[in-house]
Amino acid sequence: MTLMESEVSHHRLNWKEYQRIVELLGREPSFTELGIFGVMWSEHCSYKSSKIHLKKLPTRSKLVLVGPGENAGIIDIGGGYAIAFKIESHNHPSFIEPFQGAATGVGGILRDIFTMGARPIAVMDALRFGRLDDAETGARNKRILSGVVSGISHYGNCFGVPTVGGECVFEPSYDGNPLVNVFALGVFRHDDIFFGRATGVGNPVIYVGAKTGRDGIHGASMASEEFSEQSKDKRPNVQVGDPFLEKLLLEACLEAMKTGAIVGIQDMGAAGLTCSTCEMGSRGGTGIEIDLMHVPQRETGMTPYEIMLSESQERMLIVAEKGREEEVFRVFRKWGLDASVIGIVTDDGLLRVREHGKIVAELSNRALADEAPVYDRPHTKPFRKAPLTGPALHSASLEADLRRILASGDVCAKAWIWEQYDYTVRTNTVQGPGSDAAIIRIKETESSVAMSLDGNGRYCYLDPREGAKLMVAECCRNVSVSGAQPIAATNNLNFGNPERPEIMAQIVEAIEGMAEACEFFETPITGGNVSLYNETLGEAIFPTPVMGIVGLLKTAAPVPMRFQNAGRKVILLGGLGSSDATRMGGTQYAKVIVDDLWGLPPQLDMAHEKRVQAACREIVTKGLAESAHDLSDGGFAVALAECCFGGIGARVRVDTVLPPEMALFHEGPSRIILSTTDAQPVLDIAAAHGVEASVIGETVPNLYTIEGLIDCDVSSLQQPWATALEEALK
Amino acid sequence: MKFGVVVFPGSNCDHDAWYAASQNFGQPAEFLWHGSEDLAGSDIVILPGGFSYGDYLRCGAIARFSPIMKSITRFAHDGGLVMGICNGFQILVEAGMLPGALMRNEGLRFVCKPVELEVVTTASPFTAAAKKGSTIICPVAHGEGRYTADDRTLDELESSERVTFRYRNNPNGSMRDIAGILNEGRNVLGMMPHPERASEALLGSTDGGVVFKSLIAAMATK
Repeated sequence: MTLMESEVSHHRLNWKEYQRIVELLGREPSFTELGIFGVMWSEHCSYKSSKIHLKKLPTRSKLVLVGPGENAGIIDIGGGYAIAFKIESHNHPSFIEPFQGAATGVGGILRDIFTMGARPIAVMDALRFGRLDDAETGARNKRILSGVVSGISHYGNCFGVPTVGGECVFEPSYDGNPLVNVFALGVFRHDDIFFGRATGVGNPVIYVGAKTGRDGIHGASMASEEFSEQSKDKRPNVQVGDPFLEKLLLEACLEAMKTGAIVGIQDMGAAGLTCSTCEMGSRGGTGIEIDLMHVPQRETGMTPYEIMLSESQERMLIVAEKGREEEVFRVFRKWGLDASVIGIVTDDGLLRVREHGKIVAELSNRALADEAPVYDRPHTKPFRKAPLTGPALHSASLEADLRRILASGDVCAKAWIWEQYDYTVRTNTVQGPGSDAAIIRIKETESSVAMSLDGNGRYCYLDPREGAKLMVAECCRNVSVSGAQPIAATNNLNFGNPERPEIMAQIVEAIEGMAEACEFFETPITGGNVSLYNETLGEAIFPTPVMGIVGLLKTAAPVPMRFQNAGRKVILLGGLGSSDATRMGGTQYAKVIVDDLWGLPPQLDMAHEKRVQAACREIVTKGLAESAHDLSDGGFAVALAECCFGGIGARVRVDTVLPPEMALFHEGPSRIILSTTDAQPVLDIAAAHGVEASVIGETVPNLYTIEGLIDCDVSSLQQPWATALEEALK
Repeated sequence: MKFGVVVFPGSNCDHDAWYAASQNFGQPAEFLWHGSEDLAGSDIVILPGGFSYGDYLRCGAIARFSPIMKSITRFAHDGGLVMGICNGFQILVEAGMLPGALMRNEGLRFVCKPVELEVVTTASPFTAAAKKGSTIICPVAHGEGRYTADDRTLDELESSERVTFRYRNNPNGSMRDIAGILNEGRNVLGMMPHPERASEALLGSTDGGVVFKSLIAAMATK
């Protein structure tokens, strides 16, 4: 390998990509220029493997004000207000350094929201870890979980944004590759939207926030490769977060935006100064010229290469109106933050980087931001090793099995996690964590926003297309159960190495399934994130797309998921559903009781699902339900138990030809448990929507009874459910 | 009657306190910038929750040096009503306006949840509208809320009825389950739980409203 070849591969570019760079430049790039191309053309920044497939996703509706391509999508919520939201992953850094990796994941997504002018009002996180009880990796997995949760808690709490929901799942496939996907949502007026565009030739380019150090160099390229034994050496690639500084940056940015002197603004996230300059220039159709001697630096002797590639946190790039710089500076001074002019907007479309006047890089903004290679990578059949048929199902004790599932990692209470998050700050949390969907009221309007995160790697492993559809359906169902109309979505695509055709096939199938379902449920995807190369030592994670859905409802007291009073009718909306041995293979029953994975995910009928959700929304918004909870992981028996964990139990019958193991634990979608004082109007609404619904029993004090199958005290189920995670972490 | 809510760099419950006073209880309320010494004619000053100065060094340790603290000390000395919530409590302790210290939670983790509080005394402008011995529910949200003091201070707080709230189920290891205390003059209150987050039925509890109602009544009769 020649020196140049080794440099090219060090930057995670291949030789063909290098030749393309030479062609675009008409010359060989300098070392700094190669570094700049390396990060901008990385998988993480350029989406080169997924781009052609992401185009299949629906992105428009009459409520979408801003779709993909900006820092976050923006949705109209009426009354002159809008919400901005997005999900982003910080998987690789969280494996290497869990606390800082997760913390800076929160910091990054928050900046994406407030760089658009919105004040962040909610965060959720989707987490995936390896098994806590594994002899070999358990201790490490516990450490990763504790570190990630502390990191999220540390950053979000100090910043002052409530962390209101999320999910946490354990699978061996995440042993060497945890997933940390963070969702954030902010609110603002339509008139206050800002874009990351550099316009107005001659306008000053202003750097604000933290000083630049050597941390995080090559973070974006690191996120674009697999883990090996040497990954621990990459610790300096992980950034260090300062939520206090970010809080000051938030207040200063929102205040500076009010001056009217700001033309465009963008956060420095992955690929730092490089990405923010060339993206702002590319979007604005302009050039940007900066001199690095004006960049505030934390360390001495930093090279242009290091300054351009640093991923130091809590920094923003602003283009202001010429002559009004002082108005911006005044605000940042008030908040005690650095702000300095580092360059100007030009008309030549180039990113020109100088160091003390001498040009060290001169590249086309468009080439960097928009002309990265796009690959249609070969894809075959989605990778799977699971057989189609599984063992015969038999429960010696349905009650004992229910208890085991309730105390298992995916199903058990997650209060140990979310009690470390401040979920009530900003006094908008109508419904917090531990519910089907979180609800945040918007003080400035009469509306609230419901939101949920969902993903199911097991389903997607068995069938990425159907798994993705089921995920969208469930996420929408969670939002509908709260009475909200799902209106938009954001996605985080976590997969293995796209250069492997059977992994690429998972990606393609999942995106196509998601596209079909989002189209059908009218939830356009306004932005998101792709995280590939989630492999360690050649083992890929389960294909794990994660969905965030937001919905809108009129602000009102929430309908809780738990039963509220004894003597109420219990209704199963959507019917008991059906299953067979094949469709049991991806369930929690298969995972916890059988300890196996086989077959296919549950069967989804999207039209039926949509009718069930519409019926539920009507029932809830008309005030007819005293409680409402959807069925998901663990099926009917688990959902019923969760409804009872407020202390009010239930006595129900299940009339079905299914064997009891299937009747109680199959995970067929499109089902919701309601309790009500008046059953008839609820049944009427269901009938009007063409949805099966029946009164299956009534609520009672303290007892959990499924006639002829299970009969026990609620507390005997609740206690193991409530304490399982804390016990597992001991 | 006017509420002044101090904004330190890193305060993040300032808006919540302002919203409770102005929107939930219909009182005039204004933000007070930490760098100014002007209390803007406030009748009651709230030091809100948050992470002033990022909690660097120690919680509240840097905020106490802000220019506005000089005015607040004088204001309190002259009998003005001052309430520190969460980080505000930590600042009051650091400033020596209340005794004791707030240490890292016993469980070494941040804890956010609604907790039951016993109203220990109603002999204060902050609790006069409550019923002595009654239970109110307010959220806590802190990592360093374990109230700690020497026995003599604790005995004195108790014998002079300066403990306002006690945890029914201690979430942080506070000595003698203390959640809130008064100064000797009974015009300065510090409490870790958040009454401003329990001032609206929509959010699940209006119990914290009793603190605001007590203050409004106290000022009306002044």
